[in-house]
Amino acid sequence: MRNNFSGKVWKLGDDIDTDIIIPTQFLALESVEAMKKYAFHPLRPELAGFIEPGDIIVAGKNFGCGSSREQAPEILAALNVSCVIAKSYARIFYRNAFNNGLLLLENNALYDCCEEGDQLAVNLENSQVLLGEKKFEVASIAEDLLQMVEAGGLVPFMKKLNGK
Amino acid sequence: MGMTIGEKILAKASGKDVVKPGDIITAKVDLCMSNDGTTHLNIDIFEKQLKAEKVFDPEKVVFVIDHNVPSESAKTAEVHKKMRLFSQKHSIPFYEGAGVCHQIMIEDYVVPGQLIIAADSHTCSYGGLGAFGTGVGCTDFTSVMHTGEIWLMVPETLKFVMKGHFNHGVYARDLILKIIGDIGANGATYKIMEFGGSAVKNLTIDDRVVLCNMAVEAGAKSGLIEADEATVAYVTSKGRRKMQLFTSDEDASYEQIYQYNLAEVEPMVAIPHCVDDVVPVTEIGEVKIDQGFIGSCNNGRIEELRVAAQILKGNKVAPYVKLLISPASKEVYLQALEEGLMDVFIESGAMVLNANCSVCWGSCQGVIGEDETLISTGTRNFKGRAGHPNSSVYLASAATVAASAITGKITDPRGVIG
Repeated sequence: MRNNFSGKVWKLGDDIDTDIIIPTQFLALESVEAMKKYAFHPLRPELAGFIEPGDIIVAGKNFGCGSSREQAPEILAALNVSCVIAKSYARIFYRNAFNNGLLLLENNALYDCCEEGDQLAVNLENSQVLLGEKKFEVASIAEDLLQMVEAGGLVPFMKKLNGK
Repeated sequence: MGMTIGEKILAKASGKDVVKPGDIITAKVDLCMSNDGTTHLNIDIFEKQLKAEKVFDPEKVVFVIDHNVPSESAKTAEVHKKMRLFSQKHSIPFYEGAGVCHQIMIEDYVVPGQLIIAADSHTCSYGGLGAFGTGVGCTDFTSVMHTGEIWLMVPETLKFVMKGHFNHGVYARDLILKIIGDIGANGATYKIMEFGGSAVKNLTIDDRVVLCNMAVEAGAKSGLIEADEATVAYVTSKGRRKMQLFTSDEDASYEQIYQYNLAEVEPMVAIPHCVDDVVPVTEIGEVKIDQGFIGSCNNGRIEELRVAAQILKGNKVAPYVKLLISPASKEVYLQALEEGLMDVFIESGAMVLNANCSVCWGSCQGVIGEDETLISTGTRNFKGRAGHPNSSVYLASAATVAASAITGKITDPRGVIG
């Protein structure tokens, strides 16, 4: 896993549910690639078109609540979002995100300090996120989970471990 | 230190005498279930990526087509075909059009003491029968379907102590909406919501499932109620006798204990667009509706249909308003037919749909348009959940939905119910 990276902030609110991340009517599309342009469609239909590889989503509490649909973290990974930093996450989404190679970080204070368009620098070795001079602590993430994220999720990681 | 029901089930499933919150365990799963919301993804991972050949136990893997039934598009039909072929190939139980997956599981599979993993967030419903159910995504599910095991963290437990009886026109649905309104949509994130107290004996099995089903809307990993004589009677009436009843120890540790007097609960409504934005129906003001829906894994069982029929009997659905009713399962459908409830619904002008997730899933039946308003007994009122991104969903009991369908605006059922 790249331990240091920076990215531009897209800021969303509290309780961003998985129906917002990817609405039901787009789930039957044939691929995650086809779905990804509808990310956050009910809330901000134009947003997916603006998200560039490496960007960071900053959100409030309970990100990913609702349905267990795994396409939600999958499309964020497909948009090459480098990570999500939220105040907190719903538990099914949390597992699904790591299983699909999407890094999630948690911090309570960052949300109120940053604006959309800000640049954040993430340093996983120090478990810190930097906004200019300001530092925000995030919990450390186990090395094998980071390796799983880097491999692209649980299945590619298992395949790599099995040498397949 | 004693253990809660949830801790005891997880200890049993992981072959340990004792577990405590924060422990990470590897547990053996008693059953797993997946539906057409995501099963095509499981099958792809299973066959193409893992190149797996066998499910861990064909009697313990259940596939249910319930989300888009009957299929509304060629793409959905492909998903269903994939599930049919996989089920045949692996000789696993398969249901199509027989009802909402969780109701089928409750009617045909669940017994107290089990650990059940399913690729659907409302798997926590099985706590109504004293089983530990929790939802996962399709990657975790595929691993469970292949190995029969899963790693889990043992969660903290919140206890909801209930006493008293509901007043006329107030139901378990109103209580769970009130609780979620009180603790918030993340008030129980990662935790078990255990419902107990002297009122449990007054709650029917349907009521108990209603409470546990919506635990995930407060973020919970599971909802649980101690199995009692009523649970055993229900399960044995379905021909299942092998079960393990767990009770929480008196010195079990709870992160927090909440008290609820059922007599103080009023009819409640969750307003758009979050399940925890809950107000008593008396405070809702004038809200006109375009559509009502009675059904779903939360509130489409026979008791809810009886209440709806009681209100609709001799009345008509308001002009320019639609009322859609989908029984939660084939069993519920047949029972409603036998009791004459369907006659009442059809006479009132309601549309009776086949047993499925229907309007609650928001893609195959009763999708609403721009600026339209739905009042629903479904599980969620997220923005765009029922159709157009600029539409509104209110959540309420079957009684409130039925009363509102007659008047064309959100209505307190206590003024209407006989």
